[in-house]
Amino acid sequence: MPDTRHRASGIGQQQDRAILTSAKDQLLELVEHIPAFPQAVMRILDITSRGDCDSKELVRIIERDPVLAMKILKLVNSPYVGLPQPIASVSHSVIFVGINTIKNLALSVAAIGMLPKTNAADFDMDQLLKHSLGVATVAARLAELLGVAEKDRSDYFLAGLLHDFGKVVLAQYKAVEFKQALEKSLADGSPLHQAETAILGYDHAYIGALLAEKWLLPARLVDCIGFHHAVDTETRDDQLRDCVALANIILQRLDFGFSGNRYRAEIPSTIEARFAMSGDDIISSLGDLDDELAKVTAFSH
Amino acid sequence: MQFTFWGVRGSIAVPGPSTVRYGGNTTCIEVRGDNNELVILDAGTGIFQLAQTLFAEFPIDINIFISHTHWDHIQGLPMFTPMFVPGNNINLYGARDIVENRSVKDVLSRQMEYSYFPLRENELKSNMHYFDIQDQQDVQIGSIKVSNFLLNHPVLNFGYRLECGGKTVVFTGDHEWPLNIYAEGDPEYSDYQAFLDLRRQQTLDFFRGADALIIDTAYADSEYPSRQGWGHGSFDASIRAARDAGVKKAFLTHHEPTRSDDQLEQVFEQALKRNGVCSSDPAFFLAQEGVQIEV
Repeated sequence: MPDTRHRASGIGQQQDRAILTSAKDQLLELVEHIPAFPQAVMRILDITSRGDCDSKELVRIIERDPVLAMKILKLVNSPYVGLPQPIASVSHSVIFVGINTIKNLALSVAAIGMLPKTNAADFDMDQLLKHSLGVATVAARLAELLGVAEKDRSDYFLAGLLHDFGKVVLAQYKAVEFKQALEKSLADGSPLHQAETAILGYDHAYIGALLAEKWLLPARLVDCIGFHHAVDTETRDDQLRDCVALANIILQRLDFGFSGNRYRAEIPSTIEARFAMSGDDIISSLGDLDDELAKVTAFSH
Repeated sequence: MQFTFWGVRGSIAVPGPSTVRYGGNTTCIEVRGDNNELVILDAGTGIFQLAQTLFAEFPIDINIFISHTHWDHIQGLPMFTPMFVPGNNINLYGARDIVENRSVKDVLSRQMEYSYFPLRENELKSNMHYFDIQDQQDVQIGSIKVSNFLLNHPVLNFGYRLECGGKTVVFTGDHEWPLNIYAEGDPEYSDYQAFLDLRRQQTLDFFRGADALIIDTAYADSEYPSRQGWGHGSFDASIRAARDAGVKKAFLTHHEPTRSDDQLEQVFEQALKRNGVCSSDPAFFLAQEGVQIEV
């Protein structure tokens, strides 16, 4: 992997050989032109057409769209800018490259078009966006529960937002295989990521992490995306990954949004140990999430 | 090391009787190293007059560092005579356009397309070399070390720090001290402010101890509130920065094009008084076209 700034996540190396290089390169090339979700695209076009484009609103829209957020971070972390440390925050990106550059970057993504509401995989993108926003919100709440300072909780929100970026890619560019994986997972009750591996030779976590790594996003984000289904097997202590993995499980239980995965995973004991309470107690400690979830997804409906 | 101002005006060239003392050309600064190496900071309209002084040195090595590619910082480039003369070596450094994903060569070459200019870039007779530079990349030009730092403007803008023989000149290009996009009371406000404060310290470190700081000071402080976010500095902000960075001399530049020389001096004097500038402070000057400074 090209980035020497990052701790070697090892994700790329683990499964690299499993994929034909040409097919992978083709996929990576296609992803360069992946459009963002329609809700964000429309709002970007709207607020940038006004003379007084509100910076705060612009950042907020980007922070709530996995594709836009990923692409902005990609460009800000690109070697062309060459910042000495990777940036993991959309709002901090503004401080480095200025709001007008962020606005124009967002517009250039919006100009690609919008993710279609329907795709050949019959995968509901609206539901995936809802799921991603839900995981983002709950991951930040879990961080709060662990005593993470407010200023650092945005990392958890962002990691939650981006954790299933690979599914956006698969639904767009590997639709036939992804559909087979969705059907297999539903038919045999296996976790979706395992069904993906059975059909494609890799899963959405891998492809999301591969892209995050290729685009020089911070290593902690790469690892979180890559290992959010591997808490049991990936032994490195990683609080960010654990919070996102747990938020992912909680969202499935809440039936909030849908990520294509009907498999109900158990809460790993290592996560329970981190919180020093049972899974059920962790969930009850979060209290009523309805208002918060409704708020974060409000603009997408 | 010495430097000469060939253009000190912001936004657009404004020749005429009301700007004759400080000059009407847009940004261009000539810097000479201890071995007479030539570095040119920005290629505004001032670069044309600079070019007229270089003929005796042909063939010559010229190193042009572009802070950013807004018109007033590149508009003189197509008329920069040394580019048309065989034997001259011209190295051009600047930021890549990350929005359109274009190299600095591509961005600048577009100024010389058919619609805008009679000659195309590939018809230039000198040896042209273009370099996309990255944040905090050092470039050695003979005895001059040129380092850069991303500053805040509506396009990627590099400030440049030139060090030679123990002396330092810093040029900001265009820069506005970034503002908090959140309102006090927003949950994101304090994190953002902490990051802004950190960034300010890093920026001041880049300016630190300069013998001469050439800093964007486009706006009077009475004008600034209605121009926030336009990417330029104000008198109070520049005076504060020069003090905080402990520079020896500060040259305020990018003069507002609508301001006459008399008004410029008036605004400057008011700012010095308002800020209580005294002998222990950096020495403040208005950048003036044609003035040569030895550091």
